[in-house]
Amino acid sequence: MGNLKAKAYELRKDVLDIVMAGKGGHIGGDMSVMEILVTLYFKEMNIDPEHTEDPNRDLFVMSKGHSVEALYAVLAAKGFFPIERVISEFSKFGSSFIGHPNNKLPGIEMNTGSLGHGLPVSVGMALAGKMDQKPYRVYTVMGDGELAEGSVWEAAMAASQFGLDNLCAVIDRNRLQISGNTEDVMHQDDVQKRFESFGWKVFSVNGNDIDELYRAFEEAKTVKNVPSLVIANTIKGCGSSVMENKAGWHHKVPTAEEYEQISKDLEARREAAVNE
Amino acid sequence: MNKIPNRQAICDVLMEKAKTDKDIVVLCSDSRGSASLTPFANAFPEQFIEVGIAEQDLVSISAGLAKCGKKPFAASPASFVSTRSYEQAKIDLAYSNTNVTLIGISGGISYGALGMSHHSAQDIAAMAAIPNMRVYLPSDRFQTAKLIGALLEDEKPAYIRVGRNAVEDIYSEEDCPFEMDKATVLCEGTDAVIIACGEMVRPAFDAAKLLRDKGVNASVLDMYCVKPLDEEAIVKAVRDAKVVVTVEEHSPFGGLGAMTAQVVGRECPRKIVNLSLPDAPVITGTSKEVFDYYGLNAEGIAKKVMELL
Repeated sequence: MGNLKAKAYELRKDVLDIVMAGKGGHIGGDMSVMEILVTLYFKEMNIDPEHTEDPNRDLFVMSKGHSVEALYAVLAAKGFFPIERVISEFSKFGSSFIGHPNNKLPGIEMNTGSLGHGLPVSVGMALAGKMDQKPYRVYTVMGDGELAEGSVWEAAMAASQFGLDNLCAVIDRNRLQISGNTEDVMHQDDVQKRFESFGWKVFSVNGNDIDELYRAFEEAKTVKNVPSLVIANTIKGCGSSVMENKAGWHHKVPTAEEYEQISKDLEARREAAVNE
Repeated sequence: MNKIPNRQAICDVLMEKAKTDKDIVVLCSDSRGSASLTPFANAFPEQFIEVGIAEQDLVSISAGLAKCGKKPFAASPASFVSTRSYEQAKIDLAYSNTNVTLIGISGGISYGALGMSHHSAQDIAAMAAIPNMRVYLPSDRFQTAKLIGALLEDEKPAYIRVGRNAVEDIYSEEDCPFEMDKATVLCEGTDAVIIACGEMVRPAFDAAKLLRDKGVNASVLDMYCVKPLDEEAIVKAVRDAKVVVTVEEHSPFGGLGAMTAQVVGRECPRKIVNLSLPDAPVITGTSKEVFDYYGLNAEGIAKKVMELL
């Protein structure tokens, strides 16, 4: 487990390099979502770069598509494509590595970018799994600001109506969006009650803790007849005090000085994780 | 007079095919009755999904099903499924390239007195502007059935619009020439070319008969495939003719007329007039009353051709 904790910080460094090279990207959310992706891709999901069309594979939809740099780093670490390619091509002319997920790339199932699409698409995938009695599970990660999209709630109703216990949604609850604190923009502190009232089983965990996330995902597998939601309480910009809990880092390219500091902080946390 | 609306023809084909193809899935947004899909829902409950009054969800769920190997047909009033869930069509269907057929029912001004909220006079323009989205407006029940059969053979997204009411037959069980993405030439003539889609094909065909009585020979193209537009058929027909008239149950902007004019202007410049609904909420009435009012009938089309000549 210690290795995965360290890996989350190594991959954050990849994200930093992607953003620096591409001169853009949504770095704050990339950093908050990292442990969620690492837990899903390295511990939880049945996904294999050698068998991307396996009909029994687990399915993942990055609903908060703007955190694609974190997804690229994780997919590269899983072996879908070399990280060097991502860093050299990200956002460049003619590149497939664009600022939101697109399914021309291996490992990406659905194109996202506009918010509020991942959950309803995942409902369709989970429904197909039920209809064909397939063993796969469907995972999607949403942002907390994204919950203001009405389509999320259409899907929340449907997932419950159809009894989709093969669906597990995750909210990257980092409490910040472009305009500031989510509670000032459109409050989300009731999200657990809201989803429970829609008939979901809800888990609330430290979303930057791989152990806690894994326990929740495993317990979600045992839930019958209702969909599961993991509220992953995270820190936006997690990994360096330069960025942490600062709304301005939703999308910001670090200066050379900031790059040095963030790199140092990430390395320090990686080492701490190795020695844990 | 035929009593079977095109929407029922869709249900009949899907019911026949669903017997052997368990991946065919029909989705409705509290619209199974108006889509004539209640028989399908009753006969194939395992292949029917009701999502409630939620068009965004309807389209996205369809995309997810398609990603996992299903062949979803999502039916909802054209007014809602073309614009309420426009972004879902753009991203989850076209951009992600999922094998979903959207069926816009009660299209155009079918809903009559229910008003502009229920009219879909923008759907061709909206859907055609999305890369990788095809747009079909079949003219009668026989062509509709052929089109559904053809769409089951490929794996790309498409939008179909059909009207609410039964329309007079143009073809027959025995005689319904159909080639996917090719216009059907109903008659040929070198004075004028009339190009129509959907419910406007029948009046266009009848207009040609009226014109013949006046000694004017007009070609009529049933352009059910608005996108991809059959440019070859347009050029072939227009090259030998003097004037062109397009007819559609749609806004004057971005529909069959606009798309045809681009081709005519580029390949074989001729005087071209687009007969359409106005750029305004349409007058209250039944489809026939509204079409008559705006000259979208055989007489109106023939009159326009005569004016141009």
